[in-house]
Amino acid sequence: MKAYIKDQLANFAVIIAFIVFIIVSYAFSFKPGIEILQYNFQIFAKEIMMFLPLMFILIGLFDVWAPKEKIERHIGTDSGFKGAVWMILLAMLQAGPLYGAFPVAYMLYKKGASIRNIFIYLGAFSTLKIPMLSFEIGFLGLKFSILRTLLTIPIFIVIAIIMENYLKTRKFQIKGD
Amino acid sequence: MKILIAITITCLVLSLLKDRGRTLASIRKGIALFANLLPAVLTVVIIVSIALYLTPREDLIRYFGKDSGIAGYAFAALLGSISLIPGIIAYPMAGMLIQNGVSYSVIAVFITTLTMVGIITIPIEARYFGFKIALMRNALSFCGAIIIGMAISLIWNIL
Repeated sequence: MKAYIKDQLANFAVIIAFIVFIIVSYAFSFKPGIEILQYNFQIFAKEIMMFLPLMFILIGLFDVWAPKEKIERHIGTDSGFKGAVWMILLAMLQAGPLYGAFPVAYMLYKKGASIRNIFIYLGAFSTLKIPMLSFEIGFLGLKFSILRTLLTIPIFIVIAIIMENYLKTRKFQIKGD
Repeated sequence: MKILIAITITCLVLSLLKDRGRTLASIRKGIALFANLLPAVLTVVIIVSIALYLTPREDLIRYFGKDSGIAGYAFAALLGSISLIPGIIAYPMAGMLIQNGVSYSVIAVFITTLTMVGIITIPIEARYFGFKIALMRNALSFCGAIIIGMAISLIWNIL
């Protein structure tokens, strides 16, 4: 607990300062403070409070139940093309902001996913999520969405290969705890 | 969102039926990982909320400008990289920009950097991957976004 607080000290300072700012804003009816809370912060807070807890329950269940050998066989170092397809499909089915994908990436890595597949997952998560695509098609049209998707897939695969080659010879680990 | 709730509850119930002890262990694990991430996320969200408040949307739209050429791309790439705008706001805004005459390639750069590059979330990313790797992934994604934007501007009118 002590180590946790020390580790997160800077973050706690910002959070506490913000809470004080909001309380003071309400006490003195300071409009900008109230508007920041009601219009901007709430959009994010909803996302965090509804979405992240569910995600972490799933990550926890995955950690306990998912058999490492099987995962490793499908998305490990020797999984090749099929592994990449699995990662992209998994990422597409998800929702939420990119920072929600980092703990998932950690768990997949822990279960034996290759470095390349981890970065393919992050690339697909950030650009190909189905909820995001439906929004995109609605506001920017199908042509744009298809074109962007087709151009993005090779780009994030290349990025993943670069990262893999760079990290292969180095001591690299994804930390989560 | 409803689907996610349904999936989570189904998995949780199945897990509980199979093994209560392991289920509790998995929930503990999930909470520990959540507690590790939450303060950093809240900090980022607080900073972004204040920054969003301080930059009115009309100003942003003006900067994208339809005649701004290279500057338009640079602004799109920069804004997309540093900001954390939820899709609910970003896509309607992008649609509005298109209607105001901003090109699809500028929007592609904006959307791609917005989703793939997160300068403000690098501290969160670094908790998992280390600072250097987080920086590297963001830099590569930035270059990728520029390439995607250029490719769209080349292809768009042909199609």
